[in-house]
Amino acid sequence: MIAFLTRTRHAGRFDLTDWLAWGWAILGTLVVAIPIAWAVISSLKTEAEINSFPPALVPRAAQTITVDGQAKPLSMWVRTMPDGSEQTVALLRRIGLSATVLDPSKPEETFRVPVAELRQLKEFHLQWSNYSEPMKQFNFLRYLWNTVFVTVVATVLTLLLNSMAAFALSKYRFAGRNAMFALILSTMMIPLSVIMVPAFMVIVGLNLADNLWGVILSTVSTPTGVFLLRQYMLTIPDDLIEAARVDAASEFRIYWRIVLPLCAPALAVLAIFSVIWRWNDFLWPLIVLSSPENYTLQIGLSSLQGQFNVQWHYILAMTVVTLLPVTVVFLFLQKYITEGVASSGVK
Amino acid sequence: MSAPTSVAPVVVARGERIGDGLDAVMRIVEVPMATVQRLLGHARMPYVFILPNMLLFTVFVFVPVGLAIAYAFTGGTNLLIWDRPFVGLENFKALLDCGSYLEPSTCRYNLFWTAVHNTWWYTLLNTLGTLFFALVTALVLNRLTRGRGFFRAVFFYPVLLSPVVVGLIWQWFLAREGLLNGFLTDWFDTRIIFLLEVGWSRAWVVYVSIWFHMGFFMLIILAGLQAIPRDIYEAAEIDGTSQWRQFWCLTLPLLLPNLLVVTVLLLIRSVQVFDEAWVLTNGGGPGTANTFIVQFIYQTAFSPDLRLYGLASAASVLMGIALLVLTLSQLWLAKKAEV
Repeated sequence: MIAFLTRTRHAGRFDLTDWLAWGWAILGTLVVAIPIAWAVISSLKTEAEINSFPPALVPRAAQTITVDGQAKPLSMWVRTMPDGSEQTVALLRRIGLSATVLDPSKPEETFRVPVAELRQLKEFHLQWSNYSEPMKQFNFLRYLWNTVFVTVVATVLTLLLNSMAAFALSKYRFAGRNAMFALILSTMMIPLSVIMVPAFMVIVGLNLADNLWGVILSTVSTPTGVFLLRQYMLTIPDDLIEAARVDAASEFRIYWRIVLPLCAPALAVLAIFSVIWRWNDFLWPLIVLSSPENYTLQIGLSSLQGQFNVQWHYILAMTVVTLLPVTVVFLFLQKYITEGVASSGVK
Repeated sequence: MSAPTSVAPVVVARGERIGDGLDAVMRIVEVPMATVQRLLGHARMPYVFILPNMLLFTVFVFVPVGLAIAYAFTGGTNLLIWDRPFVGLENFKALLDCGSYLEPSTCRYNLFWTAVHNTWWYTLLNTLGTLFFALVTALVLNRLTRGRGFFRAVFFYPVLLSPVVVGLIWQWFLAREGLLNGFLTDWFDTRIIFLLEVGWSRAWVVYVSIWFHMGFFMLIILAGLQAIPRDIYEAAEIDGTSQWRQFWCLTLPLLLPNLLVVTVLLLIRSVQVFDEAWVLTNGGGPGTANTFIVQFIYQTAFSPDLRLYGLASAASVLMGIALLVLTLSQLWLAKKAEV
């Protein structure tokens, strides 16, 4: 019964435990996918639709019709007459419990009917303006640019500085090497939440408060990156380096021309992680940045949600934009990401 | 959904092209670096290589650690340490001043103790919940002969999302007009404002955390499962051991070191809960039902009307000690697992 808990499986038989395993996997997939899918669907709804309850499973909008003699398009309704027959009408205006409507085929005749007889017609509609409007209204492009800037600069610096440190730690013998390596690894034990007050004071002291460089610089050195690259560099044979030294290459040239290109796979893994870390960072930018023009996406998004009048149709659209790059990276590189996590235990 | 293997050369090729761009810069950097080498000698070059990294670590980690302890013994609302008066153990005394530690309302800083209580319950439930779901999912994926890569990717995907995105997605899902309430209205004719009720909101914070982070721990456990040699099971099979016994007597004991490390890692992470809970509950609500220690530290230090840096640092130091104990026990366990 509970045999699915073990590793082995009888070849060629599809027994109860297989059913349970597949059931769990498929149910889990739904649990993961539904909330995300719901956010994506909702992000394409009109403001009126998003506030209507019970929610529709597909994005819709009111169906409209342009009638001769009317300046604006009119919304379409179905009128259920007292005898049960139905008629499609266009709504002119609505006062209290009665509405003035007309038959689109005879636009001259208007007549009044009780609102209770009307049911609105809706059609499938994707409200793409949810995506374009926030770009104009909320500085969203600014947030996007700030995030891209932080992500790219921090990742390049992380790769450069961490690989330099890893090079020193793996390819040289010098006094204090093990102590320095231990010190770097010990920073893994010190989470930001413990040092956020003094770290902010350091930022203020360096005059980097409310500055994107304040966000970038403190995240550049990562113990994970140094560790990952050092382990990889240890596998590069020292003979290569000795040969280059014989050819009178400078140490920096050896690092740049020989060691770094050979580290490409490890650098790629670190780059993927660094991009995801910096794109998703929240607490540290929240502390450092204070003026809206410096906000990153994550801070901008969370600040909009706290506003009095929550405009979910915009927030959800921006949420989708925010999760899109990470999703694309994952779709193409998921093998490297999951293997990187499994082998090094970093996230 | 497994990535095509041809991606690797593409990535590398692209990396090389970026490398070409950087090359020009590096050719310029090479000149002063060669001069530095001539001045210092080849033996001192590793110090030059490690310097930038160590400098950043010193400024942004080691100095703050020292300062955190120093801050905890000072009072007032000035940010710069030299403007702050020394108050001795006052901050710690204030935080620990309690009629009964089990009853936050009897404490001088009852918000701190509310946060401690909330964090304690969250840590307990989140650790057990994540461990359970991660273990079962890892066992299931380990058993699947087809589709393993696909499901592994699906379960891992939420880990990569940002806490803000996760908080917002779930807030929308649980909203008054959300999908869940749509179903509840359809089937049971009732509506629950989940995030405004103390019990429900706490349960959902734990649930969302499990949803968010489960994939990470699942991967670690899965790696542990796949490291168990197959022939042990084949031997057990020949001996006629039932699958139940195989699980209890082989899989679980062999996986135990891995599970212990995962548990401690979970504890360390849970104690630091903040981001996604903060976004999901609009800042720890309803009331203080989902206010955790990190949020207490953040608010005490940075909300404009408090700015109690000393008190916040004292709370940080207390949390840091708890985390240190957990981390050291993790290292100890990891070492034991290796032997």
